[in-house]
Amino acid sequence: MNFISRYRRSKFFGPALLAAALFILGTTYSVASATTFKAVTPASDKTTLVAEGKELFARGCSSCHGLNAEGGSIAPSLLGVGAASVDFQVGTGRMPMADMSVQASRKTPVYDEAQTAALAAYVASLAPGPASIKSADLAWERSGDTAQGGELFRTNCAMCHNFAGQGGALSQGKYAPSVMGAEPGQIYEAMITGPQSMPVFSDKIITPAEKLSIIKWIKSAEAEPSLGGASLGRTGPVTEGLLSWTLGIGGLIGVAVWLASKAR
Amino acid sequence: MSAKERAAGAVANYVDERTGAAKWMKKNLTKVFPDHWSFMLGEVALYSFIILLLSGTFLTFWFDPSMKEVEYEGSYGPLSGLKMSAAYASTLHISFDIRGGLLMRQIHHWAALLFMVAIVTHLLRVFFTGAFRKPREFNWLLGIGLLTLGIVEGFLGYSLPDDLLSGTGIRIAEAIIQAIPVVGSYLAYFVFGGPFPGEVFIPRIYTVHILLLPGIFLALITVHLMLVWYQKHTQYPGPGRTEKNVVGYPLMPIYMAKAGGFFFIVFGFTAFLGAVASINPIWLFGPYTPAQITAGSQPDWYMGWLDGLVRMAPPLETHAFGHTISWNILIPGLIIPGILFTGMALYPFIESWMTGDKREHHLLDRPRNVPTRTAIGVMSLTFMIVTLLNGGNDIIATHFGLTINQIMWFSRIGVLVLPPIAYIVTKRICLSLQRADRELVLHGKETGRLVMLPHGEFIEVHEELSPEKKWTLTQHEQLPQLEIAQENQSGVRNPKGLRAKLQQRASRAHQEQIEKPSAKDLLELGDGHH
Amino acid sequence: MTTDNHSKEIAPLSDPGIPEHVHRRTDTDPKAAKKAERQVAILFSISAIGTILFVYSYTFMSEDLFVFLPVMGSTNAKQLFLGLGMAISLFFIGLGAVHWAKMLMPDNEVIAHRHEFRSEESDREDFVKTVKAGAEAAGLGRRSLIKRSLGAALGLVGLTPLLLLRDLGPLPKDDFSKTSWKAGTRLVTDPGNRPIKPSDLEVGAVAQVLPELQSGELRKLEDIGKDAVLLIRIRPEEFQLDAERLSWTHEGIIAFSKICSHMGCAVALYEQQTKHLLCPCHQSTFDVTRAAKVIFGPSARPLPQLALMVDADGYLVAKQPFTEPVGPSFWERDSA
Repeated sequence: MNFISRYRRSKFFGPALLAAALFILGTTYSVASATTFKAVTPASDKTTLVAEGKELFARGCSSCHGLNAEGGSIAPSLLGVGAASVDFQVGTGRMPMADMSVQASRKTPVYDEAQTAALAAYVASLAPGPASIKSADLAWERSGDTAQGGELFRTNCAMCHNFAGQGGALSQGKYAPSVMGAEPGQIYEAMITGPQSMPVFSDKIITPAEKLSIIKWIKSAEAEPSLGGASLGRTGPVTEGLLSWTLGIGGLIGVAVWLASKAR
Repeated sequence: MSAKERAAGAVANYVDERTGAAKWMKKNLTKVFPDHWSFMLGEVALYSFIILLLSGTFLTFWFDPSMKEVEYEGSYGPLSGLKMSAAYASTLHISFDIRGGLLMRQIHHWAALLFMVAIVTHLLRVFFTGAFRKPREFNWLLGIGLLTLGIVEGFLGYSLPDDLLSGTGIRIAEAIIQAIPVVGSYLAYFVFGGPFPGEVFIPRIYTVHILLLPGIFLALITVHLMLVWYQKHTQYPGPGRTEKNVVGYPLMPIYMAKAGGFFFIVFGFTAFLGAVASINPIWLFGPYTPAQITAGSQPDWYMGWLDGLVRMAPPLETHAFGHTISWNILIPGLIIPGILFTGMALYPFIESWMTGDKREHHLLDRPRNVPTRTAIGVMSLTFMIVTLLNGGNDIIATHFGLTINQIMWFSRIGVLVLPPIAYIVTKRICLSLQRADRELVLHGKETGRLVMLPHGEFIEVHEELSPEKKWTLTQHEQLPQLEIAQENQSGVRNPKGLRAKLQQRASRAHQEQIEKPSAKDLLELGDGHH
Repeated sequence: MTTDNHSKEIAPLSDPGIPEHVHRRTDTDPKAAKKAERQVAILFSISAIGTILFVYSYTFMSEDLFVFLPVMGSTNAKQLFLGLGMAISLFFIGLGAVHWAKMLMPDNEVIAHRHEFRSEESDREDFVKTVKAGAEAAGLGRRSLIKRSLGAALGLVGLTPLLLLRDLGPLPKDDFSKTSWKAGTRLVTDPGNRPIKPSDLEVGAVAQVLPELQSGELRKLEDIGKDAVLLIRIRPEEFQLDAERLSWTHEGIIAFSKICSHMGCAVALYEQQTKHLLCPCHQSTFDVTRAAKVIFGPSARPLPQLALMVDADGYLVAKQPFTEPVGPSFWERDSA
């Protein structure tokens, strides 16, 4: 009791109290709102991949996509989407969707690699579709052409994903996500399956070699440090203007106030 | 006399015998300038201009303003072997193969952004303090001219590298030209030397950007500064400051040191930005081709409001008698900006018409004491901010979890509804602040100290303001509203008709004030305690 | 209003005059003044260090060196230190000069008087007299023949620079209505220039296309600016088109001009699920199933549709040129 009374009038008491209250509020919310997905029991070795996938599908996907993946009012049919689609959607954590919003966002995957492969095998068994692509199988470093990849990216991808692959807005709250940090296999799968709003880039329109070049360019943009200083998001003039109005004139006005003030 | 003094004397003698300089030097070296940080915003603009000239000249030594197609052979790997214009290739060359080239490019572009920010903040300071009143109306016009030319110059400047982002901006500019009725298609062909994009646009705007506009800038800035010099700078009201004097510090040595020092500070600060913050990374945009586009295509911030206006425009077009007029381009692209800038330019004359005040003013206004002007200013600013935000609606949408459609509708409605609300709110706030000032003068400052009087009443001790502070809060003029006779004694209506009525109404709105306390009020109050 | 006669005697609200000058520490204490002098010298010295840093980075630092800094990430050392060196060398000169002025130069406020701008009455009268005399001497008032012929000559000479600008560009004639697309022109991929068969496109696919070039022809940006086309494949039953427009499609494949009908940006953003095209410049949104009808945004016209068919070898070709001008509107544009 004495401690509080003694420091009640301290000028730091208010801010400290505020900080403590925010901290308590924040951690309580995080703990309370943390959702844990039920631990998915790994399938036994005896069942085949497809059967395992069917079981996982029935438990985690059929409520929206239908018991036979035929689709419904809230989710499309998965017949013909192929293992590549499943590998992409489940592997990036987009599926299962967290909530019924306008777009499934990338998040921590619920299923591990083995389970993802099982789901992919099951969906692939229902109707033929593109096979999943593993990053290790893509020889983009050797066969890709960075400069050509950049040209292809700017013609086919930049209008949604922005010139540096940082992502961009679509209509009605949808968006093209940033491609920075995406795995090469997933980039390839996205191009051939056209997830959500993204169109399909058929192999005759962008050849497999060209797709490797695009991946190589993306990886080079990812690795490229910002050559002129802090990158300000690589989103163009909006952030540059913001900086000039905040740090820019703010800093100079600060100096001007000092300059015009009387010395003591 | 020391040797140094003798040498200096010899030089002064040499110059004076040929020019008679001693007289005007003596007068001007002792010229007095009032000191306030808000008077330095114009200086930021001036120094940024000088930085632009210096850094720009550097860039011209390597930039090739040609649209001829070349194959890139420079050191930036992700573009090697690609076809691009010589202008783009030379900008890459400056950025990667010239030591300090990227630094100078970035300093040049940051200086351009700061130049425009400084002009706008300086304009706001001049507007809200009423520094545009007689005798400075012409200087205000020059300022609006500089603002307009600055916007054009900046647009042309960042379009020179012929990259994907700025090329898209040029495409949009061409569409505005093309949309002009009757002469649009001809004008577009003349400007571009044929169909878009052609091969002459970059070389032509290069001449405009490095020769024509800088020349005009130099002339306008010189006249602008000479007027400030000759008419003397305005000053904030305060004890000892009147309409007939200037209180401050002499040019030599104080202003030379402070203003000269500030130049180095602005230059150093701009160089700092050029060192640590990447701007206009054209190597990431790629060379311009009409078949490509990037998400998040925006012009530089000083044109963002134009982009926002175009985005929110309703899809109006008329087709009649074999001709098309694109209102969806002309209204936001030419008509509204024209009205805005004309209104801005004419404001000093509009205000003197509203108030009937034709006298000289050298003391600045405190914004709260001119509620109507302040409210009009905030209203215009609200309009500009809504349009500016809409210009970045896709970036705002992705970063704040909104949709571009929501932002567009918010802007369409907001741009009409928010400015009047801002006017009303600002005016009321100004009047409240006047009331607060009146209270301060009459009753003194609240000290927060409570005292219990012998009979049990608690009062808060008020401290009387110093005479200096009282003076500052009450020195402003409160003009009565104009009495414009709508009819004379014989019942003949005022020949000016509607104009006279409007003037009467405007004057009444403009002169809405809280009466400032008079000496009589203070006297009547007696002691300041409550 | 302000004061009345009565209060002038008491005058509590009159100008109290410039407040008394408050001396700075450096004015009264020579030690403080010396300290300030040292501080100014230090500031100028830091500037010199900045210049040295600049020279060192320029001359000795390798272009390939990258350093990691918080907030900035991995950044090019030479560019950073060149800039910081320059910034420091300039900034601290300014800082030193301002500190010197604030601390050591006299800060007594000086009063200067404003003189009225208006000239003396005698000067104004003399001015008017001079101008009138001059005008009389010129005789323009009397000699109207001179006035009129001078006016005509000056007006005519003003035409010469205007006429010289005629060759800035050719006349547009009917350029705006023409593209390279003719009946039978093959669609080829951009980039790559490969012709396209319907089976090359899956449902949900897009392709950026350009017209096939004849041998020896070079593709110019001016042509691309009108020829760029977007090819989209959806399920044929999803079209909501009239019979004529439907006949311009082929097995669910439809082609539109990529040049936005609003202000000419490339409309390449295709949302596969909603079948909408979005232009990133001003967010005009077009519905592919309804012949690129505008459903949101400032564009007033749909994108022109290119009629498609398949040639003898099975490749997609244009059935006919565009039936309306592509790109933004212009005065002479005659289509709805």
